[in-house]
Amino acid sequence: MIAAILSLTTLGLILGWLLGLAARYLKVEGNPIAERVAELLPGSQCGQCGYLGCGPAAEAIASGAAPVTSCPPGGRVLAEELAALLGVSVDLSGVADKAPAIAHIHENLCIGCCKCFKRCPTDAIMGANNMIHSVFADACTGCGLCFEVCPTECIEMRPVTPTLQTWFWEKPSVLAA
Amino acid sequence: MQRRNNGVAAGGRRQEAPPPRRLNDRDAKVKKDPTMKLFKIRGGVHPHDHKHLAAEQAIEDLPMPALLHIPLQQHIGAPAAPAVRRGQQVAKGDLLAHSQGAISAPVHAPTSGRVMGVGSYPAHHASGLSVRTVTLKPDGEDRWSDAIEGVADPFVLTPEEIAARVAAAGIVGMGGATFPSAVKLNLRNRYRLHTLVINGAECEPYLTCDDRLMREEADAVVDGIRILARGLGVERIIIAIENNKSEAQAAMAIAAAVDPRIRIARLPTRYPMGSERHLVQALTGQETPARGLTADIGVVVHNGATAFAVHEALRHGRPLVSRVVTVSGGAVARPRNLRVPLGARVQDLLDYCGGFTEEPAQLISGGPMMGQPLPETRVPMVKGSNGVLALTAREVARRESMPCIRCASCVQACPCGLVPLEMAAHTRAGDLEGAVGLGLMDCIGCGSCAYVCPAHIPLVQFFKYAKGEMAARGRSKQKLLETKRLAEQRTARIEAIQRAKREAMAKRKREQAATQAAAKAAAPIAPADVPAAALAGED
Repeated sequence: MIAAILSLTTLGLILGWLLGLAARYLKVEGNPIAERVAELLPGSQCGQCGYLGCGPAAEAIASGAAPVTSCPPGGRVLAEELAALLGVSVDLSGVADKAPAIAHIHENLCIGCCKCFKRCPTDAIMGANNMIHSVFADACTGCGLCFEVCPTECIEMRPVTPTLQTWFWEKPSVLAA
Repeated sequence: MQRRNNGVAAGGRRQEAPPPRRLNDRDAKVKKDPTMKLFKIRGGVHPHDHKHLAAEQAIEDLPMPALLHIPLQQHIGAPAAPAVRRGQQVAKGDLLAHSQGAISAPVHAPTSGRVMGVGSYPAHHASGLSVRTVTLKPDGEDRWSDAIEGVADPFVLTPEEIAARVAAAGIVGMGGATFPSAVKLNLRNRYRLHTLVINGAECEPYLTCDDRLMREEADAVVDGIRILARGLGVERIIIAIENNKSEAQAAMAIAAAVDPRIRIARLPTRYPMGSERHLVQALTGQETPARGLTADIGVVVHNGATAFAVHEALRHGRPLVSRVVTVSGGAVARPRNLRVPLGARVQDLLDYCGGFTEEPAQLISGGPMMGQPLPETRVPMVKGSNGVLALTAREVARRESMPCIRCASCVQACPCGLVPLEMAAHTRAGDLEGAVGLGLMDCIGCGSCAYVCPAHIPLVQFFKYAKGEMAARGRSKQKLLETKRLAEQRTARIEAIQRAKREAMAKRKREQAATQAAAKAAAPIAPADVPAAALAGED
């Protein structure tokens, strides 16, 4: 009787101590999946997904409230990575890349107001007060934040055209293979 | 490794012939002709070579066209940056555009004349896209620049000087890959090289330009080869020519007698013997590592036409401004081998060859196996274009594709030991990762699989699409990473600015508080005076 009480008490103490240790050292803050999703997202806070920034979007994607395809700058690649992370299957054929577009500044209309330049989340616009601004095409994610603030509507979102380096043969449309 | 083993087993059917061939009995009359032991390669096909159409046509100069369109991107790597303005007079061999970056090549004027402009013009490319192009109006004098000067003895130059001259001459791999040759010469800094292989296999059907060049300019080609060997610092030189070009073999053997290091390898006629990796394997028995370079096993491969360009550049100081092109195919009235100035339109070549005898079903740049369809005939000739083929419907023999019957003909034909039918099925289903897992990236796109496919499935197009799509995904992944980095940097910067502002504000507040406190401490009477004065005022 006493032996049983003692052994169970010891067991309880040891397990409780282990649980205490685990609670201290293996502590989980927030949703770990949401954090990993946030790591994958571009972090430019462009808001194209409809959420305030990449943090809220990551939580929504992790909880399943938003589809993995909701990040336009990430495109197909990101959608696939997110799908793999969350273990969901995603039909990418329907989510063909929205024709990616990048900003282009019409130099004859630009008044050098610096508004777009301040809003660009990736520093893709170069400019200064009363100087014509210009876009680094490689850094532009096509989020359109600059497009909205331009007072002279001199920014145009131009679709990205393939070049000799990026062009490739399209998928054969044959039924057989 | 599983895949490779499968490939060996599958490729066995075509390798029944005893592989170490000693092919000297027929050519015994050529002296100093060391026989070369050859090794077998797997797979491959034997298409009808159609070389008789142009093989006996001596190289002719194309009459200078009325206009030349010289693209600034004629090589793999960064496009060249224009160095001329509209209206400028240039002499033949003058620089038109600088090379930019580590992997690039300059572009020179193919003749003397006036620059009409630097603009956009359709590229020599299947996409039909336009590239930056210099348009030159020849003045008819074809006058070389005064600055052109050769080296009397290139063999006293250091390898660095040779590489620099090859780079300055804008020489790129002329077998079609158009990789800047100087970059290849500089491989000696990073790899231990021992062998230079000259690729004269010309295994593509129809093409005869390398054959003619080796026959007619054998001494110059051998000179270029020896300069290349000096530039690479190698002691073994192998000139590999397929057996269907016995005259070129003989001419090169005679010309190569000047250098005991040179050996002539007589290759069995089989497609794709001219593939760099397979050529090296046939000659040395060693396999190039997947996604590696032949330099990994100490071998560098150059094309015979590249060697000729190196000879021109070093001996005469002439940059690469023209090349030999085969114009052939059933629809061409008079198939020929032409020396064309770079920038001549395909139409100019076809006109000189008598135009079409019938409407061609397909116009191809390069050979029929790996060449690219040309969207129009006004595109210009570039450094890498070795052939213009106008094929009749009968030659193209396009058939509707049917379902795969899993006969595995493609597996037997694949020279890389891959399983094309599975790769295509994965690609078609959208599982590109699966296709990559099956070795998509080891595919050289030779087209042997599609050639033998009894169901006429466009296998190579599947693989080209899959490779292009994988590359596009890699680029967007890269862009995503860069975006992330830029966004993080911006956030950090904005935070730093705000912190600095807050600190400045806090500092100002502290200073204000300090001055006020100091003022309080210094003048304790003054506040007392104020109410007194006020009181006085009120009175």
